[in-house]
Amino acid sequence: MPSSLAEVPLGNEATVHAVDGPRAFRRRLLEMGLVPGTRVRVVTIAPLGDPLQIEVRGGQWSIRRSEARQIAVNT
Amino acid sequence: MIAEDCCEPAPVGVTIPARPQIALAGNPNVGKTTLFNALSGSLAKVSNYPGITVERRRAPFTLPAGTADLHDLPGTYSLNARSAEEQIALDALVGIGSERAPDVVVVCLDATQLARSVYLLLQCQELGARVVGALTMVDEAGAAAPDAKQLGALLDCEVIAVTARTKRGLPELVAAIDRALRAERRERWRWTPSPALRTSIDAVKRTLPSTWPASDALALWALTSIDSSEHDRDELVGVPDELRAAVAKCPRDLDDEAVLARWSWLDREIPKLGHVKPDRSATERIDRVLLHRAIGFAVFAAIMAALFMALFAGAAPLIDGIDRALKALGGEVHRALGDGVFSDFLADGVIAGVGTVLEFLPQILMLFLFLGFLEDCGYLARVAYLMDRVMRSMNLHGKAFVPMLFGFACAVPAITATRTMERKRDRILTMMVVPLMTCSARLPVYTLIIGALIPGKRFTQAMLMVGMYAFSVTTSLVAAWVMSKTVKPLKAKRLPFIIELPPYRWPRTRDVFRMMWLKSSMFLREAGTVILACSIALWALLYFPRHVPAGSPDYASEIAAAPTDDARVSIEARANAAHLESSYGGRLGHALEPVIAPLGFDWKIGVGLVGAFAAREVFISTLGIVYAVGNDADAQSAPLRQALHDAKAPSGRTAYPPLVGLSLMVFFALAMQCMSTLAVVRRESGGLAWPAFLFSYMTVLAWVASFLVYQGGKLLGFA
Repeated sequence: MPSSLAEVPLGNEATVHAVDGPRAFRRRLLEMGLVPGTRVRVVTIAPLGDPLQIEVRGGQWSIRRSEARQIAVNT
Repeated sequence: MIAEDCCEPAPVGVTIPARPQIALAGNPNVGKTTLFNALSGSLAKVSNYPGITVERRRAPFTLPAGTADLHDLPGTYSLNARSAEEQIALDALVGIGSERAPDVVVVCLDATQLARSVYLLLQCQELGARVVGALTMVDEAGAAAPDAKQLGALLDCEVIAVTARTKRGLPELVAAIDRALRAERRERWRWTPSPALRTSIDAVKRTLPSTWPASDALALWALTSIDSSEHDRDELVGVPDELRAAVAKCPRDLDDEAVLARWSWLDREIPKLGHVKPDRSATERIDRVLLHRAIGFAVFAAIMAALFMALFAGAAPLIDGIDRALKALGGEVHRALGDGVFSDFLADGVIAGVGTVLEFLPQILMLFLFLGFLEDCGYLARVAYLMDRVMRSMNLHGKAFVPMLFGFACAVPAITATRTMERKRDRILTMMVVPLMTCSARLPVYTLIIGALIPGKRFTQAMLMVGMYAFSVTTSLVAAWVMSKTVKPLKAKRLPFIIELPPYRWPRTRDVFRMMWLKSSMFLREAGTVILACSIALWALLYFPRHVPAGSPDYASEIAAAPTDDARVSIEARANAAHLESSYGGRLGHALEPVIAPLGFDWKIGVGLVGAFAAREVFISTLGIVYAVGNDADAQSAPLRQALHDAKAPSGRTAYPPLVGLSLMVFFALAMQCMSTLAVVRRESGGLAWPAFLFSYMTVLAWVASFLVYQGGKLLGFA
């Protein structure tokens, strides 16, 4: 079921399908290893509901909800 | 493909330079700085890259081949760049600009984040750098750590496991760097560009400036980094138009190919080194508490309150001590040299100016200590994570919370705290609003004005003080929002906000203290000298010329003839007031009167405002001199309060009704009256443009707001 990373429930994992968005943003995400086929996990959601803490390849990152919407995932 | 290849003697034709330049590269949070410190001992120098506030650290260190220089490059995940800051790593690796290319590049490879750190190493090899890998975080990775020999064989370069804390592996690393110096440079690619990408690379390569090496990797860098589209334009520096045009002609969907090709190589090769995953459960357990909805914010508030109190109250005794010591020293100078221009210059100009600088030191030292600790342990990234939602609504960075909080103590250390943000736009916007926070130098001014001019019960007066704090928070947040919408370089761009939340680690005390010292001494060197020069200039402005207006009494003989000590002190005070009025600063106060009269201020307040430029609280002692109540008036001084309260305008009416008090407080809340803040903004923004903008917008804002308060109040019949 394709959806966006912003919709993955807390604690769940998904597989990156494609990264969309402006060029610099896309490239940055790809370079940190968020290439299609990579597993992503939503580790925490910030107390105010945004941003999200995600785990990619053993590293953890903060990403805003609006940015997570640009990442299509398969759950 | 075999590691032993690298260890052979120098091929014929490779000459080792007289003073080899070694660069240390790596992702952020991989122990790069610790390794730098361990390799370089205590001789490191910190400075800024020209024009931007990215710290540049270098240190001499000894190789078997002789003395070399070690350069600590800014931590980065990739060499591709959008901004001048990100571009530094590439410039330093390739030798664009004033520096020559390093002879060897040491890439830190985090054993817990192997694929990601090797990604950077691959980019260095594509550029043709002589690379040595330093495998860090081996202890933390435990069973997940790869074997250094195997990794070296895979990467076609030497890889040494190092533990900087115990110095394990350092001699081997130094020997490997020395061997690498003797190796030939060659560009090493793990993937082959598609025909379409090949065509673009060839086309762009032809237009690379002659001062850049003409390599495929640099052409690829230009293709993926340079972006001339209207909405998404990069902020790179030194890109010639010809190159920009050549890149613009190439198809734009080539970015992915290089990145995906490198990752597909990594995903194929890195798992062969082992399948154990690094254990991050400790960090996750801590995060579950520190990022918790309720507990997380409580802990956050407690940490911030503790830091603020330490900075606000903890530094106070030290600052007082410095102040007392230098006042005593000034007194000694006066006693030893007698009265005269030179002893006044030494005591009131130079020594007091040094005092102004030194009084910042306790706060600056503490600030760098706290920030270093928070950054190294991984909490500062969590501050940005927790506060992003709030700060973003004003188009500020999540990390801007810390400088803005410290702004309540003093804008000078607060502005140096903007360095924790990576992007220049975020840093500058924060710098532009931090000086609006109610700093501790405004407090005595408010205390004096409220005490002397605002009638009412203690409760009213206290509420007014609280109101001034609320006013400053509101104005700074609104100012940030307005500037991010109107000032072009500060506009919020659609740049990604992706920050790493590194594993919690216990910081290494020695590293934290060393950074504290290096950064503080840089502050003294670069901002301190400007502050000192400005305070001497300001002293001269309020001191010269030394003659009093014609028709004044002969103060010197009156003082000599004074019957009592009290009489002498009072004549001296009147003499000082006369001198101040006829000084250049005093004349400036008179000249300002037409400008500030619509705000309800007379020339005496004008002189006070000139004096306040040294530091806001100097307003009080300057007014003390103007009103001839002595040189050392403070906010609690009863004679000064009385003098202000009783002051009469030439018309015979009260010079300072409560409305003027309010107008004056609004002026102090908004005006940029602090040369030290301007000096530190100049240093942190790398030029005069931003301090000039800061001064202009705050002064105009203050004038307009005070005008509205005073004239509006008059219309409503309050004066």
